[in-house]
Amino acid sequence: MNKGSKELTKGFFKENPIFVLMLGLCPVLGVSTQVSNAIGMSAGVLFVLLFSNIIISGLRHVIPPSIHIPAYIVVIATLVTITEMVMHAFVPAVYSALGVYLPLIVVNCIILGRAEAFASKNTIVDSILDALGMAIGFALGLTLIALIRELFGSGTITLFPMGDFSGVINIPWFYDNPIRVLSLAPGALLIMGFLKAFFDWNSSRKKDR
Amino acid sequence: MSYIAILITFIFINNFILVQFLGVCPFIGVSKNSENAIGMGASVTFVTTVASVVTWAIYYFLLVPFNLQYLQTLTFILVIASLVQLLEMVIQKISPALYKALGIYLPLITTNCAVLGIAIINITNEYNVMEAFVGGIAAGLGFTLAIVLMSNIREKLDLQPVRKAYRGVPIAFISAGLMALAFMAFDKSLLTNLHLV
Repeated sequence: MNKGSKELTKGFFKENPIFVLMLGLCPVLGVSTQVSNAIGMSAGVLFVLLFSNIIISGLRHVIPPSIHIPAYIVVIATLVTITEMVMHAFVPAVYSALGVYLPLIVVNCIILGRAEAFASKNTIVDSILDALGMAIGFALGLTLIALIRELFGSGTITLFPMGDFSGVINIPWFYDNPIRVLSLAPGALLIMGFLKAFFDWNSSRKKDR
Repeated sequence: MSYIAILITFIFINNFILVQFLGVCPFIGVSKNSENAIGMGASVTFVTTVASVVTWAIYYFLLVPFNLQYLQTLTFILVIASLVQLLEMVIQKISPALYKALGIYLPLITTNCAVLGIAIINITNEYNVMEAFVGGIAAGLGFTLAIVLMSNIREKLDLQPVRKAYRGVPIAFISAGLMALAFMAFDKSLLTNLHLV
C-alpha cells in the first residue's frame, strides 16, 4: 500500500477516532439518538476537519509556534461558525436537533488533535487525506452507534425526507418491542462501553495471532 | 426560574456528564483516582462559574449592541481560552498551594465541552446575569458529583476481576451508563413536586 492511501484508510479502523483514539466523545454520545442527526453531525465534522487541516497545513510555516494553539482555535471556530450558519439556512431540522453540540465542534478533540498532531507537520495533500480518513472513521463510528441505538431503542431508522418518502423507516418487529433505555441517555454510555470492549477484544485477538 | 431550581436542574436533572454528555473526555480520562477527580472537579467548577459570568457580559454588552451574535462561538472559545490562561497566572501568583493542586488540570479545561457548553446554554435559555452565575456553579457541581462518584467506582473496580476486554475504559463507560440509569430517576416532575416551578 502506498503512503497516500495509508493516510486515508488508517482513520477507518486502525486509528478510528471514536473507538481507538477516543477523541470527540461528547457529540458522539449526545447526537446518536437518530441516524439523521448522526449523518448531519458527521457532515459538519467532515467540513470543519477538512478545511481546518487544509488551512493549518498551508499556514504551517507562517504561524509562530508560541501562539499556535490560539491560531488553530480561531481557524476552527471560524469554520464552525460557517457550518452553523449553513446548516441553519439549509437544514433547519438538523440544526435544531444538534443544538448545543454543533457549536461544540470547536472543542472537539479530533479537530484540534489532528491539527496539532498531523496538519502542522505534513503537506497539504497528506493533510487532506488524513482529514478525509479521520472524518469517515468518525462518521462510521457515530452512524454505527446511532443505528444500534435507534434500531433497538425505538425500532425506526430516520433518514432525510425526500419526495414521498417521509424519512422514517419502521422496522417491523423492533418497532413493537423497543428497548427504550437505549434511546435515552444511559443507552449511549452502555452501547459505547460494549462497542469499545468489542473493538479492544478484536484488536487484541489480531495481535495474538 | 428560581436559583434553587437551576441548581437542581443542572446538578441532577440535566447532569452535564450523565445526561448531556458534556465533558466526557476528562470524565473518562481523569477519573482513575478520587484525588485527581476532586481536583479536576474543583477546577472545572471554578472555570465554569467565572466563564459563565464573563461570556454573559461579553454577549450582552459587546455582541448584542453591535448585532454580532453570529460571532458567539468564536468569541466564547477565545474568551474561555484566555480566561483559563489568566486564571492560571493569577492563581499561581496569589495562592501557590491552590496552583499546586489545580495547576495540571487547568490547561485541559480549555477544550472541556462543559465550559463552552454552559456558556452557550446560558445564552440559549436567556438567563440574566445572576441565573448565569448560578448555572455556572451548578454545571460545575454536577460535573464534580459525577466525576467523584465515578472515580470511587473505578477505584473499587481496580480490585475486581474484570474480563480482559472490558478492563479500563469499556467498564468505565458501562458503569457510567448504570449511573446515568440511576440519574434518570430525577426528572422535571421533581421541580414541580418541590414547588419550584
